[in-house]
Amino acid sequence: MDHFPTNWGRPRNDAFDAYGTYPIAQRPYNGPTTDAFSEGIQHTQQPIVTGTSVLAIKYKDGIMMSADNLASYGSLARFKDIQRLHPVGTNTVIGAEFTQQDGHSLGPSEIHEYLSHVMYSRRSKMNPLWNSLIVGGFKDGKRFLSYVDLLGTTYSASTLATGYGSYIAQPLLRKAVEGNEDVITEDEAVRILEQSMKVLFYRDARSLNKYQIAKITADGVSVSESRSADTHWSFAEGIRGYGAQTQ
Amino acid sequence: MPDMVTLPYSSPATPQQRQFNPYSENGGTILAISGADFSVIAGDTRQSEGYSIQTRYAPKVFRLTDNAVLAVNGFAADGNMFVKQVRQRLEWYRHAHAKDMPLRAIARLIQTMLYSRRFFPYYVYNILGGIEEDGSGAVYSFDPVGSYERESCRAAGAAQSLVQPFLDNQIYFKNQVPQPGHPHPQHLPLTTVIQLVIDSFTSATERHIEVGDGLEMFIVLAKGSPLYGLENIDGVQEMTVTNEGERIFVVRRNLKRD
Repeated sequence: MDHFPTNWGRPRNDAFDAYGTYPIAQRPYNGPTTDAFSEGIQHTQQPIVTGTSVLAIKYKDGIMMSADNLASYGSLARFKDIQRLHPVGTNTVIGAEFTQQDGHSLGPSEIHEYLSHVMYSRRSKMNPLWNSLIVGGFKDGKRFLSYVDLLGTTYSASTLATGYGSYIAQPLLRKAVEGNEDVITEDEAVRILEQSMKVLFYRDARSLNKYQIAKITADGVSVSESRSADTHWSFAEGIRGYGAQTQ
Repeated sequence: MPDMVTLPYSSPATPQQRQFNPYSENGGTILAISGADFSVIAGDTRQSEGYSIQTRYAPKVFRLTDNAVLAVNGFAADGNMFVKQVRQRLEWYRHAHAKDMPLRAIARLIQTMLYSRRFFPYYVYNILGGIEEDGSGAVYSFDPVGSYERESCRAAGAAQSLVQPFLDNQIYFKNQVPQPGHPHPQHLPLTTVIQLVIDSFTSATERHIEVGDGLEMFIVLAKGSPLYGLENIDGVQEMTVTNEGERIFVVRRNLKRD
């Protein structure tokens, strides 16, 4: 029942409004705005716009991470200039330091702890945040690299990868990094990630040959400009089904 | 027909199937054996999901107090959160009573904590090991909703079906006939138990893909107990915090990584 008499409409006058249509438009609506059941079905979205792999490794001076600039809409490469490496943010996180007023400081491990609680409590409400997050950081001379996903599952290792990267890039990263965390230089780390991003671009259909690399060291956080690996597709000419064969 | 108000259109909601599964299974195996005045609690350190290894080092065995160690296996996110909550309850107990909670009380606490989530369970198998107030070694094993019992040995997790029969045979002497005049011993010595634990995990690593990478083994000794040669074990590390008398040690071993 609408309790606002002004909304009830003016009394009908057959002389000029035989069908009672005159004041219908632009009236405030004061009834229920949602269906009684809509609360019950809103939870559990599925991802529409998605990003693919994020890679991260430990190296001599800190942590290095990479992610491409693509946000896909199903199989459509919809947004091709999305930054997915954030100096503390969402989707993929570089946990940097930031200092509070009272002199305590939140480091990467605290940020990861916080994120894992957010992710776990959302999954426990059956309303998950559909993300995999990698937190990389450097604080008090210590490297930090850890993962958390929509289930609240957490783990850390010297190499981490999400999505397709965990199948395609992770073996390459482990071969290059495991046991060499304190030996790999910055240049080598960049080369390892570039190589892995290239392999991902060749094999992951939802990837883009445009990516960023971030490093977190004692000197702080820096996210690179977008770059691309040089790839060669001429081999495809010779393969039936790829090239321009007529038969 | 005065007053026709156009209602904002909303479709009658049809009940929708939930397809989000809040659980996962992260592999690995845990195991605990108690002796007369000690307890050994062990677990491998691999964490996996499906055919992927997530990490080669994710601890599943946690020191709770100087006389209690908890091993957690199943869904890792639930396990870590559960251990965190148990630890908080133990801290509150310590602040309230100025002593550590006794082992049998921790066991009952874990039961009520698990059962309070009876209708959205922690998908976790717990094994609690340590020293009882009377100084005896003890192992308590739990199911995900809190049923528990005190035993002297238990394996849980991915390779439970491989390890438990081996322990039944080697600890309980099942299917072994004693030599006349040589009855089976009531309790096994610590060195034997440690060897059994290591053998259990190397065997499970050979035959189960979700087990491997590393072995983490906690040893709890009762008040006034000798070290039983523990000091000679390679890489042993003491974790004792208080001076109550019980001592905790940890031993780490590599397992095959393939």
